[in-house]
Amino acid sequence: MRLLFREAFLAFRRAPLLSTLSITTIAFSLFAVGLFGLVAINMRQALRGLETRVEIVAFILNGTPLETITLAADDISSFPEVFSVGYVNEDSALAQAQAELEEFRDAYRDLEVNPLPASLEIRLKEGSRDAESVSAVAERLESFGFIDDVRFGREWIERLDRLRNVAGLVGLVIGLAFAVVAVIIIGTTIRMTVLQRAREIAIMRLVGATNGFIRGPFLLEGAIKGLLGGLLSILLIYAGYRLFGRNTPMLSGLVFFETPQLLVGILFGVALGLGGSLVSVGRHLRNV
Amino acid sequence: MIRFNHVSKAFAKGESALLDVSFRVAKGEFVFLTGHSGAGKTTVLKLIYGEQSPTSGDVHVLGFSLPNITAREIPRLRRRLGIVFQDFRLLEDRTAEENVAFALEVTRARPESIPSRTSRVMTQVGLASKMHAFPNELSGGEQQRVAIARALVLDPPILLADEPTGNLDERATRGVFQLLRDINAGGTAVVMATHDLNLVRQTTNRTIELRRGEVVYDSAEETAPREGLA
Repeated sequence: MRLLFREAFLAFRRAPLLSTLSITTIAFSLFAVGLFGLVAINMRQALRGLETRVEIVAFILNGTPLETITLAADDISSFPEVFSVGYVNEDSALAQAQAELEEFRDAYRDLEVNPLPASLEIRLKEGSRDAESVSAVAERLESFGFIDDVRFGREWIERLDRLRNVAGLVGLVIGLAFAVVAVIIIGTTIRMTVLQRAREIAIMRLVGATNGFIRGPFLLEGAIKGLLGGLLSILLIYAGYRLFGRNTPMLSGLVFFETPQLLVGILFGVALGLGGSLVSVGRHLRNV
Repeated sequence: MIRFNHVSKAFAKGESALLDVSFRVAKGEFVFLTGHSGAGKTTVLKLIYGEQSPTSGDVHVLGFSLPNITAREIPRLRRRLGIVFQDFRLLEDRTAEENVAFALEVTRARPESIPSRTSRVMTQVGLASKMHAFPNELSGGEQQRVAIARALVLDPPILLADEPTGNLDERATRGVFQLLRDINAGGTAVVMATHDLNLVRQTTNRTIELRRGEVVYDSAEETAPREGLA
């Protein structure tokens, strides 16, 4: 074990330039992936903001007793998709309309009879704000006898759905492409390290070292490079985030990765270093 | 210890490196493998240490049998062989002592035994005073002695030497050759590939001469006149 660590660390001392090159290559590859990841999570955040505006309004027939409405509201609250149910009576609806629709303010003021019906405003849970779930809830609401009409902006929600799907697909494809490029670049860099130490590997084999033993220090070296590359990439991404976040007012609401996401990023770096070393050394051992 | 039984070796292009080669090397024997470049000397050595596999026939070395040897068994075979090359194959960034210790470390010798074993073989090859020198600080002959020390440190019953004096001047050649003879006198079998007939003529050791992959002379059998050696 001591030899394993000694050999792995010696590799950094013996070839500082190549080691630095490997670490920075891993860092910049992960930086590109991470930067894209940051854009993706911010886009998802923006979409979530839009999703919170998804709401179903169920208009209630005039004269429906309040007890009936209260009981129904409790019933609707227990739907698995429903986050909250709010009751808006006729007076509140009018006040809201007067406040929000300035152009009709005068017309509403001169009314002798309130034309606006009471309604239930239903907000849905995250994950149930897609067109299919919203339509399903709306259909169930229509089955209540005292419900006159149900509105939820079908077209707008369908457009949101499409946007979400396109964003997800584009994110997946570009993210995968970045990751593949990162793997190839990192694999090539590690292969250079292996080739640089081909003589050492040949000698190890001649004196009877097993392939498992030969692989050990390379794997550890790859993992350490991956770890350092991962940490450096996070620093770079954070620097970019602070730079853009501060200097671009439009982007002031940008979010950064959370700790578990950062850990996944670092582990991804370690896995890349480890995988790249495993493939490069394995290929080299097969060919010599 | 070593037995070649009707061994042939052909390469992918169909070129034949060895053709129906048979011989035995007994415990403690010193054998020269001679022949021109391309005669098949190095191929014989590579077959002994499992770097190549015979196309037909079989090779038995210290109880291991080729071509039936498994990939897992090859390191075990090599730990029982010492191998020396013309180009020394030392690690330039390690001292002489570290180069020798490396063979023990990678074969997982007990760490506490490494300094004494390393020191013993360095003394045996006459380099006790140069333990901490790097290869580029040593002469060719000294570098070859370090390589021999590395080969000896695992106490192998067989030492294979592929043109060990090929890069050395006459004086260093004599020194290295005498060292190999001393090692052989200690009971280690030595198989030395060389095209230096002056060296071969100096001794009465067994000589196997190869020509275009065939054994044309084996002094143990006296199958043909000793061409070029007379």
